Amino acid sequence: MKEDILKVEGLSKMYKLGDINTGTLSHDLNRWWSRMRRKEDPYQKLAATNDRSAKSDNSYVWSLKDINFSVARGEVFGIVGKNGAGKSTLLKLLSKITKPTEGTISIDGRIGSLLEVGTGFHPDLSGRENIFLNGAILGMRKHEIKKRFDEIVDFSGIERYIDTPVKRYSSGMFVRLAFAVAAHLEPEILIIDEVLAVGDAEFQQKCLGKMREVSQQQGRTVFFVSHNMVAVRHLCTRALLLEQGRTSVIGSVDKVLEAYQIDQKDNENGIRNKVPDNGRGHFLSWQLEGQTPSDPHTCYSREDFFILFRFCALDTIAKCELNFRISSQDGTNILFVNSSDFFGGQFHLNPGEYQFRVRMNLPVSRGKYDLDAGLFASTWIDNWRPTTKLSVLDTFEGHGRDNSVALLNVITEFSIDHL
Amino acid sequence: MPLPVHDTIPVQNNIPERKWQEVITPHNSLFTLNIKEIWSYRDLLLILMRRDIVAIYKQTILGPLWFVLQPLLTTITFVIVFARAARLSTMGLPPILFYLSGLVLWTYFSECIIRTSTFLKDSSPILSKVYFPRLIVPLSLILTNLVKFSIQLGLFFVIYLYYLFVQKTPVAPNGYALLLPVLILLVALLGLGSGMIISSLTTRYKDLAHLTTFGVQLLMFTSPVIFPLSSFGKGVYGLVIRANPMTGIIEAFRYAFLGKGELNWPLLGYDTLFIGVLLLVGILVFNSIEKSFVDSI
Repeated sequence: MKEDILKVEGLSKMYKLGDINTGTLSHDLNRWWSRMRRKEDPYQKLAATNDRSAKSDNSYVWSLKDINFSVARGEVFGIVGKNGAGKSTLLKLLSKITKPTEGTISIDGRIGSLLEVGTGFHPDLSGRENIFLNGAILGMRKHEIKKRFDEIVDFSGIERYIDTPVKRYSSGMFVRLAFAVAAHLEPEILIIDEVLAVGDAEFQQKCLGKMREVSQQQGRTVFFVSHNMVAVRHLCTRALLLEQGRTSVIGSVDKVLEAYQIDQKDNENGIRNKVPDNGRGHFLSWQLEGQTPSDPHTCYSREDFFILFRFCALDTIAKCELNFRISSQDGTNILFVNSSDFFGGQFHLNPGEYQFRVRMNLPVSRGKYDLDAGLFASTWIDNWRPTTKLSVLDTFEGHGRDNSVALLNVITEFSIDHL
Repeated sequence: MPLPVHDTIPVQNNIPERKWQEVITPHNSLFTLNIKEIWSYRDLLLILMRRDIVAIYKQTILGPLWFVLQPLLTTITFVIVFARAARLSTMGLPPILFYLSGLVLWTYFSECIIRTSTFLKDSSPILSKVYFPRLIVPLSLILTNLVKFSIQLGLFFVIYLYYLFVQKTPVAPNGYALLLPVLILLVALLGLGSGMIISSLTTRYKDLAHLTTFGVQLLMFTSPVIFPLSSFGKGVYGLVIRANPMTGIIEAFRYAFLGKGELNWPLLGYDTLFIGVLLLVGILVFNSIEKSFVDSI
């Protein structure tokens, strides 16, 4: 067990919504008065949770609430969550830009942050001057920068433009230079927020490699915030999932990425609410079995699992066949299978409850899919479109991009032969 | 049964408290000034200064010549308006020397206060993205202005030497000229202290910024830049002028180099005390907002 380099305890941050600079004098006085009487901040009690969509009656909000975690030396720690979940606030607190409302952060080392591309770059100064300026802003001494200057320029790959003012740089060149400076910094803890969003694939690859080197070989700690789950999956050992300013999951990347993909608000149970009352039988419910996620209606892409349909026969149903369809949200059919195709799978049901089991796997992109199930015995016995959708999660192991628009999700392997 | 000896040793069941290099808490430490941290960022201070000075060179045609033209043109205006038209006393000194000596010091003070009073707002793009000791920015502004001030002081000395050796005006410097570095330091600290207070307050109450520029202009009329201190008695106006911490400094400067004016030790002592208290209040106010101003700009 490696030693912790950073520990966060009960960290919370409250913000005031709307126009901050009107009427604050009276609030300030009110706050000051309650502090004099050793009472709690009157506005802290009012604060609501951080939910973008919910309409709030008061104008104070907890952007972060009660966050606890610790990070070991040399670890690459991922922070994921939807927009507005509090990721940036957490990074701002970690990098000392603003102070917490409650809680503490204990650090054992210098922190260097790369919160936004080219922070502190001066447009009129040349690339060379900006390397020194940016390095100094990030806490480096001049001789440290000098020592690493060639390395930085080399890594950024913009040697030709090093004496050109950075206002003439393309956005890609800007990022290259900014990342190069930050990656060659000395701090024990490096904070990286969404840098990989810009820059071409080759440079992204280079950055990922550099980050791995920084953590594994130099034993430095990296905080990595990204919406690119493939990058998070490949880089991070552990991660934190934030939801509305609170810790949703903290732990292994697998666990966090799984939770990130599952919609927590969805508490459908796969049971049919309204069963048709006339007929010879009807479907009762569906669920999965043998899948990795604990949710009974969620599976990983490509993994083997069983899909189970429960059926209640009210009458004897001879020579029936089960068929079902899986379709994407836009209505495209992904799969349509019938038990009697090829193998002649026909069933004989007596009155009572039955459970059909279908072994299968779905090499499709992550998302939600609609199910349709039907039982056919020369006429349709029952047709059911469950309200519960089948969720497919991504392992983020393939080359595919996270925001893939493609239907399939398969592991690909590239190689080249010179002919 | 007697206890075995080793049982008397207390069992250490509490793990020793971990020593962290730094702990971030919601509380501000009001009276500390992290000199060590600022010192570790001294290269940033130099680079920021260089950046500001280079920016002045790069963007204008006349470049640093403006530094010279500005006080020169103001002095000429003062000579025409106050000495020639209004016939105000310059204590028998050549009006150019009289006005320039006051203006050079006053310009440094007002530049320091005006630039530092808006620095939190002006530098917010950087300050809200990355952490470094925030005090670096006002310090760099004051040092950059010191370069500008040195050029203007040079101008004063050129004209001074002309009067001394060509015109043979009896304005020889005396031993108190050695006080010059102290006087400059006092002006710099005065600018820094008031700038820190104003900039801290402007992050919350924005209209203060307008007041500053205007207020500093008005404040000049309560200093001996235009009128010598000796032309006021002990009346109310004399007290107001003496209350201005720049008064003692400007008078001492004139006395040291021009031989006229007042080297008033109690007044200088008051100035020093005033500046010391102001600086302390400045640090206090600045510390209280340093870690949270990003949320309100």
